[in-house]
Amino acid sequence: MNKNNNSRKVSVSQLSSVTVRFAGDSGDGIQLVGSQFANSTAIAGNDLSTLPDYPAEIRAPAGSLAGVSGFQISFGDDTVLTPGNKPNVLLVMNPAALAVNLKSMDKGGVIIANSDAFTAPALEKAGYAANPLEDGSLANYRVIGVPVNALTENALKDSGLTPAQVFKCKNFYLLGMLYWMYGLGTEVTLAWIKTKFKKVPELAAANSKVLMAGYDYAETTEIFDARFQLKKSPVAPGKYRNLTGNEAAAYALITAAKLLKKKLFYGSYPITPASEILQTLSKHRANDVVVFQAEDEIAAICATIGAAFAGELAATGTSGPGLSLKAEALGLAVIAELPLVVVNVQRGGPSTGLPTKTEQSDLLQAVYGRHGECPLVVLAASSPADCFNTTLEAARIAVKYMTPVIVLSNSYLSNGSEPFRIPKLSELPKFQLNPLPEPAEYKPFMRNPETLARPWTWPGLAGYEYRAGGLEKADVTGAISYDPGNHEIMTKLRADKVARVVKEIPPTKLHGQAEGDLLVVGWGSTYGAIKTAVNEARKAGLSVSSIHIKHIFPMPPDLGPIMRRFRKVLVPEENSGQLRMLLRSAYSIEPLGLNKMQGQPLNSDEILAKVQEILRGN
Amino acid sequence: MENIKLAAKDFSSNLPVKWCPGCGDFAILNMIQKTLAGMGLPHEKYAVISGIGCSSRFPYYVNTYGFHTLHGRALPVATGVKLSNPELSVWVATGDGDGLSIGGNHMLHTIRRNIGLKIVLFNNRIYGLTKGQASPTTQPGTKTKTTPLGAIDYPFNPAQFAVGLDCTFVARGIDTDIPGTSAILERAARHSGTAFVEVLQKCVPFTDKEFDPLKDAALKEDLLLRVEHGKPLVFGKNKDKGIVFRNFRAQIIEFRPGAVPAEVAVYDETNTEMAYLVSGFTRSGFPMPIGVFKSVRKPAYEELYYDQVAAVGNTKDHELEALLAGPDAWEIK
Repeated sequence: MNKNNNSRKVSVSQLSSVTVRFAGDSGDGIQLVGSQFANSTAIAGNDLSTLPDYPAEIRAPAGSLAGVSGFQISFGDDTVLTPGNKPNVLLVMNPAALAVNLKSMDKGGVIIANSDAFTAPALEKAGYAANPLEDGSLANYRVIGVPVNALTENALKDSGLTPAQVFKCKNFYLLGMLYWMYGLGTEVTLAWIKTKFKKVPELAAANSKVLMAGYDYAETTEIFDARFQLKKSPVAPGKYRNLTGNEAAAYALITAAKLLKKKLFYGSYPITPASEILQTLSKHRANDVVVFQAEDEIAAICATIGAAFAGELAATGTSGPGLSLKAEALGLAVIAELPLVVVNVQRGGPSTGLPTKTEQSDLLQAVYGRHGECPLVVLAASSPADCFNTTLEAARIAVKYMTPVIVLSNSYLSNGSEPFRIPKLSELPKFQLNPLPEPAEYKPFMRNPETLARPWTWPGLAGYEYRAGGLEKADVTGAISYDPGNHEIMTKLRADKVARVVKEIPPTKLHGQAEGDLLVVGWGSTYGAIKTAVNEARKAGLSVSSIHIKHIFPMPPDLGPIMRRFRKVLVPEENSGQLRMLLRSAYSIEPLGLNKMQGQPLNSDEILAKVQEILRGN
Repeated sequence: MENIKLAAKDFSSNLPVKWCPGCGDFAILNMIQKTLAGMGLPHEKYAVISGIGCSSRFPYYVNTYGFHTLHGRALPVATGVKLSNPELSVWVATGDGDGLSIGGNHMLHTIRRNIGLKIVLFNNRIYGLTKGQASPTTQPGTKTKTTPLGAIDYPFNPAQFAVGLDCTFVARGIDTDIPGTSAILERAARHSGTAFVEVLQKCVPFTDKEFDPLKDAALKEDLLLRVEHGKPLVFGKNKDKGIVFRNFRAQIIEFRPGAVPAEVAVYDETNTEMAYLVSGFTRSGFPMPIGVFKSVRKPAYEELYYDQVAAVGNTKDHELEALLAGPDAWEIK
């Protein structure tokens, strides 16, 4: 959509990557505009990564600092690993959005503001004594004020819509302007509007009109003297869609069940930021996708355990406080040796903590947070799309080893999105159930010699009736046993079974060289930031490499040898050093830490600075 | 239902039963084994789920699939089983502590959903397995290890609690009343939706005498009210007492044996208000009501779920590749 047919001189610059942040009231449709922009950049062939930043309140008072909702997207002509550190362009719908976000802008950045929203009462709510668009305080930025309310009203003056309906269309005006600035097509959003407002054609017409009015305004007015172009990103050919981490986890669960030819049973209780898994699966309820919204976190996991006992692929999802409530039931799943997937979307804790903000602080809870000796498998996803692979792998391990598996995601991954290459069925991993012995040979706690998994049987299968339960079971027969020696045998068997999952772990991928001054060891959501920082450091000639751990428990068997080939090890984490503690106890090494506990993701600049600080000290 | 003939002994797991000698649980076990045998299902099609407590040892003694779960959590586990496979006959053995104290929230919501579980709540008015602490049904004034001066908590009336939650099948029986309680279990087994059966049952070490008067041949007919759908609410050794409702208050009237006045209420198990009033009799001088208090048909949760999704599974949109692609995928060549 390059209709440069006016006579005005417009410079077109080539960019390799851009970070844009949208901010406004939580009722301004910021997330909607952001995700539309993301889809349009994706279809234009750019790689991208997004991150929404929700306020904790659903609707804080309009115009208040607490009610500011944000959505950041980074897109570019190369692989985009993070949603960007600092925005190049900040788009604000009101003064509060400017006040909250200005500190994250570098000088020289572009600020596009809805100047109609900078009224005296709104300025006061945001804590401004004077209008920052006019008082010169933003002299170090390039500020573009656009009277969006008036322009939207003008575009819709003959539409017959109520003032409230007109007001709601204004976010599309700004979106249209941005599409022009970045040479993006409007067709994705126009198609979306058509579907969304299928039943209200007058709203469809109004929103489309406002979008195009914004586009034309940017093209014709003189305040926009520059537009930018990005080359296509060299991504692998295939079919793509944009997925958040939560959607990716949900689709992985359905995929796993279908590969197993079983029902998926997902039992869950609403909790931020995991509810979208429950909601996504609810949309796909079917004969073989059973979704159960339980009365509480405990009922959610217990129903899931019931489904596993009944022979279906059983999963639950939650966030930190919910994982604490599920801890007792996880003990039951471990001793009953039933397969279970638990997706834990971490948030800032403890307690209610920072429910809408990100953290990596449930690592030790996932590995150790249960009564008794209670080993289970813990995996961590490293990007929104990787939530698919990791959850699928969790399900595969759960049924192969008859064990609960916890998948660690977090707020950053669950809400962030990136293009997901839709796998062909032939590319998906094979799911296999352990074959059952004949009924005459069957014992509930006999074991597969390779995996130590017990046979999975369920009500309805004739000849395999057995009693599961939380009391200690006798080895092989599964009868209740208080025998002291047996408890020790079973404790060791449960640990040994989980330890054997190391056979499923592929060799660790080293980013950089196999030895050197510094190895950065990461896990989970810091993947993109670490890789970006290490790339920068290596370009600057520093001897630094990185690895990223997906298998948290048990750990990759090659981890120790790899770490020992580096003089120093740095572990960046959004907690006060939980992986560092595990590495120290498992390998008797003394890694350095970079720890951030602010409810915000570690960014690549922070990691790069730490790498430079460590290596300068050499 | 499949036509399969099994006997009660087919449901015995042959494990040594570890309840105290004389425990009321033995009688309940025998009655349930007999009920299962009469249902005409092969024995792999049952699941017996329990929580923690003496009654929750139950699954070990029934020869079918069983799951001895966590304290208070039998109901959500059973819900997961039933919703996964609605063909199964799923039974829950629970107690007054397991089902009404630590598992109280699950009891509320299980009954609210009307999921097809047969809940048998063994009410011995005490924590037996942990050796004698007060439970939510311990009667006021009772001295236990945790209430040495007498219990001051107001107790639950389990059957009335279930009626209050609009449970679609509610009944109360007594462990020693084999014909009466067997008939209740038989009906519960065939009920669609949640069936809640409270069984009064003594605990030999701690509440041995709790229900003695209700079991005393000389006294019991004056102390028990056997409710039966379509029959007048008459009791007494000589069938000379009846329940009447005056201004929504129950009162006892006496009459000549055989000459039941028209004013005596005729029991209607489809009438929730009546079930609430009658199952709630606890006033002094009033008999202990037993029998089926309520039985109505309302679609069960699992029926509603699978009816709702019946059309979905066969559509093309539900095939894996279509699901993964979603409505707005794009292609990169």
